[in-house]
Formats: sequence, structure tokens, C-alpha cells
Amino acid sequence: MGLTKQSTGIGALNEMFKVEMESSEDIVVALAGNPNTGKSTVFNSLTGLNQHTGNWPGKTVTNAQGRYSYKDENYILVDLPGTYSLLANSVEEQVARDFICFGNPHATIVVTDATCLERNLNLVLQIMEITDKVVLCVNLMDEARRKKISIDLEKLSKVLGVPVVGTSARSGEGLEELKEVVEGVALGKIKTSPKKIEYNEELQKAVQELSPYIQEKVGNAINSHWLALRLIDGDKTMLDAMYSYLGLEISKEKLLHEKLEDTWENLSKQDITLDSLGDLMVSDIVNTAENISNQVVTIENSVYKNRDRKIDNILTSRAFGIPIMIALLGVIFWITIVGANYPSEMLAEGLFWVEDKLSLAFNNLGTPDWVHGILVLGMYRTLAWVVSVMLPPMAIFFPIFTLLEDLGYLPRIAFNLDHYFKKACAHGKQALTMCMGFGCNAAGVIACRIIDSPRERLIAIITNNFVPCNGRFPILIAMASMFIAGSMGVFNSIAATLSILIAIVSGVIITLVISKMLSKTILKGLPSSFTLELPPYRKPQVGKVIVRSIFDRTLFVLGRAIVVAAPAGLVIWAMANINIGEASLLTHSAQILDPFARLIGLDGFILMAFILGLPANEIVIPILIMSYMSQGAMLELSSLSEMRQLFVDNGWTWLTAVCVMMFSLNHWPCATTLWTIKKETQSWKWTWVSFIVPTITGIIVCFIIAQGAKLLALVL
Amino acid sequence: MNKKLISLNRLPVGSFGLVKKLMVEGNIRRRMLDLGLINNTIVEALRESPAGDPIAYEIRGAVIALRSEEASKIFVESIQ
Repeated sequence: MGLTKQSTGIGALNEMFKVEMESSEDIVVALAGNPNTGKSTVFNSLTGLNQHTGNWPGKTVTNAQGRYSYKDENYILVDLPGTYSLLANSVEEQVARDFICFGNPHATIVVTDATCLERNLNLVLQIMEITDKVVLCVNLMDEARRKKISIDLEKLSKVLGVPVVGTSARSGEGLEELKEVVEGVALGKIKTSPKKIEYNEELQKAVQELSPYIQEKVGNAINSHWLALRLIDGDKTMLDAMYSYLGLEISKEKLLHEKLEDTWENLSKQDITLDSLGDLMVSDIVNTAENISNQVVTIENSVYKNRDRKIDNILTSRAFGIPIMIALLGVIFWITIVGANYPSEMLAEGLFWVEDKLSLAFNNLGTPDWVHGILVLGMYRTLAWVVSVMLPPMAIFFPIFTLLEDLGYLPRIAFNLDHYFKKACAHGKQALTMCMGFGCNAAGVIACRIIDSPRERLIAIITNNFVPCNGRFPILIAMASMFIAGSMGVFNSIAATLSILIAIVSGVIITLVISKMLSKTILKGLPSSFTLELPPYRKPQVGKVIVRSIFDRTLFVLGRAIVVAAPAGLVIWAMANINIGEASLLTHSAQILDPFARLIGLDGFILMAFILGLPANEIVIPILIMSYMSQGAMLELSSLSEMRQLFVDNGWTWLTAVCVMMFSLNHWPCATTLWTIKKETQSWKWTWVSFIVPTITGIIVCFIIAQGAKLLALVL
Repeated sequence: MNKKLISLNRLPVGSFGLVKKLMVEGNIRRRMLDLGLINNTIVEALRESPAGDPIAYEIRGAVIALRSEEASKIFVESIQ
């Protein structure tokens, strides 16, 4: 592939990066920044709902793109992965670097945290080495004000040589100005002259010597000084990137290659080796950042830093850290259980009132019985069940959980638990991915991207299913309220909460045990390096969090459940109503499963319900009820006690309920999660492992509980 | 400058150290440098996690938790 104008033009590369341009006039803006800087808030505020997410070509790193228009121009905002640096060679850093370098964005916004500017400047300086068209967005200005940190933005802009805009994206402050400045930089109305890092003399000299040869090869499209630095640094990923985006193979460019060898030889004469070279480069960047930060940041008092420390003294203390964590989880579950009860019943009443009207309408129109059966008794009823059982707990659980996330508590959980994950040869950040799993295991699996080491990432993916997702909560809640709390009279909700808490703690213990087993067998290896940032606590924006979590999470998960539940309802109704001989297809299948199911404390119908619930766990209980009902369609939702009676009539004891809880905690992941695992691991083998490991665990756990209880004669 | 160097995980909680040496190579070294752990950087040992490991350090205004495996390869000079 030759180096022609076409192959290096913006169009070709935008195609490679899958930037969705509507016309060639569109202005492409890259959005870079450290994690935890509110980068996604900036992205959301600028683009609103005009977003689209996908993966970077060939990489499992999400790529969100959004559009906005400003003064008759259309902008495409490309959200780059959050990174601290562009030098440390993780996939995220490569993606960010390649887009800024080869994607030729018209401007790059770097979002930084005003409360932690020095650390953020590291990335800013590195990006300014690659491109001139940089806009610095100092976000979280409101937090900085609250913490009495003031930043001289004007001076910062002067020192850096690029425009600087202070924003508080959560309240929208400064965003108009940001758009205006981005326009200026993109259209060339604002001239920038980014401050270049002053590297040590020997290095500067080497760069000077090498860069003309590079410029000859790549032209002016890419900053040749920066490229020279990367080559001198021996950055192999950069060589790969240059080959794939420019078709340039350095080892085949004889003159350049020789020159590079010369440079290394000269440097080694000065006692500079490849490793110490890296040290020099990073030190120079860090020192420059420190220097700039000292000039522009003034911290009036450190009361707020001390406040954070005091909070951490309690939340991560030896005595209270873990108990507080468990108690907090308990409180969230309790609020969810108590709060969801009433709206659930109201929703059910409303939805089943609609069903009656629907049945009436079908009747009046004279449609055949089976059509009414499939559509109303099969599809609609399953839907009504799923919505009324799932919506209220999700609408309560997700916002509370998002609040904790916003507050900055989740990394503290990882900090508290890391020791146990290390013992299991796993990564502390696995605790964070498990937290995401509470919402949805598919989301938890995607979250595993934050773990760098492939081995530990796989462990986290395979074991994520041991955390009960929102689809399985209703099963746990229903079982706990009917069979465990029910037999204890008063303090119902507390007993239910406690039993769910025990189930979840056992899920965590199982996760650790299985992680350890995996890392001693098929995923052998030592724990990789572990660094975890504990970001400052932030005041959550309660209103926004509620809206965001309802739209982003609740409705998303609910939508998925509905899409799955409707066809599943249809199939189940058909299975329950097609008779072979005396009994329905469903009953026949259940009878085949029954002997095995009894061994693990379940019965054929329960196991059948779990199998049919593969598309989504939300429909397990509805299927179960439908199977038990002789008429072959789900009963109308009424009180829990009626449901309990139905189960008891079918031979349930508290032991059955416990086994159902444990089996729902430990069995194959739902279809969406499996599909996500396939996408994330790019491997059928690991998808299969993720299927079989929890399944075998569930069978063993339930077998032990069921047979153990029988041996001890706890159940007659 | 003949002060004794200690590994960072031995630095008592609540005290400060001056980074003098990193005994790691390659990517992990890069990551540590990226955290700002370059020569003569002040590091404060902030707190131990409930199990005593990892330990959280304040490095250039950010709070970073490091496992003992990593911290033991960072050598600091204890300062008052």
C-alpha cells in the first residue's frame, strides 16, 4: 500500500474509525480525558440523546459518538476511552492515541478535573504533543469551588497556549462557551500554540536529528517531533499503528531505520538505555505538569481534603469498613423490597384490568380461542407480569445504586475487598464489576474491560453471574417473602432482607472460591499489578441521577425484558396447551426432568422454568406459575399468599424455596449475558466455560443443601 | 544523601516518603511513572484497607491504592 493522498485523507481514516459522518462538511471533535472527570457528563450534555455506541474496529473498547449543531455547523463528538496517559500501552490508550493521531479530528477537547488538575495535565500535555487543535475543558468547577480550590484559567490558557474553558457539566455551566471555543479552534479562527514539553537535552537533540527523516515519509499530517519521540522510545504499538493507518513499515524504510539505530547508539553512549529513556520522558512530562499546576492552582484550605479523609477513616476502617458495606447493601435491599410491594400491586391491578378489557374485545370480535390464548393469555399476561414484578424494584434499586456510584463509594468497596480477591488470585476491580452485575450481568461483563490483565478479566467475566442481577432479584424477593419471612410473622421485611443478604454474601464467597479454582486450573497465573484510584467524594446530583438512572438503566433493562418476554410468553402458552396424549408438552418435559430435579431440591417444573427462562430470568416465576396452573395460562397476579398456596399445593417446603434461591443465584447466565460474553471474549470456549461453571456450581450447592437437609431430617 | 531507603509498603501510615527508586521494568514501570511516581515525588501513606493490604497513598493530589507487591518495589526515603 503506497502512501497516496487518498489513503491518508480524512475520509479514508474516518471510514477506518467508523465515524458516522452525514456529510463531508461535518466537523469531527474528539473528546479525551482521565476517568472520573465527568467526561461522559460533558458528552451527554453536549449531544443530548443524539448518541450511538459501538465498538472500535477490532477492539472491545466502546466507542460512543454523538451529534450536536452550533451556529449552522454540524459537529460529531467522538468519545474516546478515559485514560491517564497515552504511553502505557493499554488497548484504551492505543485507541485514544490512534484516533487523535490518525483520525485527524478538527479539534480535541480534553476534559480535566478541576479538583485534581496536576494529575490531569499529564494527559493534556501528551495530547498537545500530537495535535495543536486542543481545547482544555476544566470540568467540575463547582466541586472545586466547594473545596475552595481556585484555578486561574486565563493564566492556564496563556501557559499552555491553548484555549481553556471552565465548566460544571452537571449543571450545564460553561458548555455554551465550550461550543464557541471548539468552533473557533476547529475552523481555525482561534490560533493555538501549545506548550511543548521541555525534554532533557540529549533527547531533544536526538529528536531534532530524526524528525526530518520522518517528515519526509509522513508529510505534515502527523507531528514529526512527536513521532520521532515515539520511535526513539521503541514503542512497538506505534509501529503497528503506523503500518495499519499509513501503510508505512519502518523496518523497510532503510534510511529511517538506520537513522533510528544511530540515535539509539548515540544515546547509549550517554548512558541512556531504553528503560531510562522512558523514565526521562515521563519525568519531564510530570515535572512540567507540576510546574504549571503550581502556577495556576491555589488551595485556600485543606478542610475538604480532611473531610474526605475522615469519611474514609470510617468507610474503609478495619473495624467498620466491611460491616458498613454489608449494612448499606442490606438497607438498599430493604428499601427496594418494602418500596416495591405497593406499586407492584397497583401496576398489576391496572395491567390485568386492561387484560380483561382485551379479552372482552377479542370475544366481541369473535376471534378464535387460540388466537386469544396466544396473544392475551400468553403474550400479554407474561408481559404484564414482567412489568409489574420488575419495574418497581428496578425504579427504586437503580437510582439508589447510581447515587452510591456518583458519590464515589464503589471504588472504596474494591479497596475494602481487594485483599480477598488477591487471595483468590483475582483483581480487586472485580468487586466493581460485580457491583455492576447487581444491575445487569451483561453490563457487569462489559464493565470487566476496566481490568487490564486478560487472565483476571476472564475470571471476572466467568464469575460475574454469581451476583444476582435485577432479573433474579424478584425470584429471591418472592421466595424470601413467601417462605422465609412468611413463617416468622412480624418483621417480615427484615427477615426477607436478611435472607437475601445471606444469599448475596454466599454469592460473593462462591465468586472468590471459583475465582481461586479457575486461577489454579484453566487460568493459571499470578495476580497482575494493581493500582486503584480512590477519587474524591462528590455531592451527587440527586435529581439528575434519578432521571439518568431511570432512562439509562431502568428503561433499558425493562425494554430488553419485554422484548424477550413477549415471544417467550407465546412459546410457553403453546407448550402448555399443546397436548400429547393425556398431558401437555410442558408437563411431559417436566416429568422427564423431575427425577434429576428432585435430587437438587427442585422439581421438574421448576427446572423446566429455569431452562425456559434462558432468554431472561425475569420470566422464571411467571413460567412456573403458568406450569402449575391446570388451565395452562398464568394466573392473574393476586396476593403473595395465594401464590404461596399454589406452590405449597405443588409440594413446596421452605427447603424448596431455599434451593430455588440458590439455584437462581448459581445457574447458567441469561442469553443476553452469554451473547455479551461471546462478544467480549471473542471466543466460544470461554462462553461455554461461563455457561458450565455456574451451572455445575448450582447443581452441587443445591444437591448438598437438599440432601444435607434430608439427612439431618430437617424436612419430612 | 546517605539516608536509608525503605520500600513503600514499610512506610508507616501517616508518614511521608520521597520516591528514590523503582525496581520494576516495562509496562508496570510506565504505569507507576504515569501515576507521578518519579524521582523525588512526595508520597504520603494514607491508610490501610481493612485487611491491611492494599494501602492507599496520596500521590500528587490523587489517592491511589497499591498492593504490597507493587509498593514493595518502590523505594522511598522517609521524611519528617
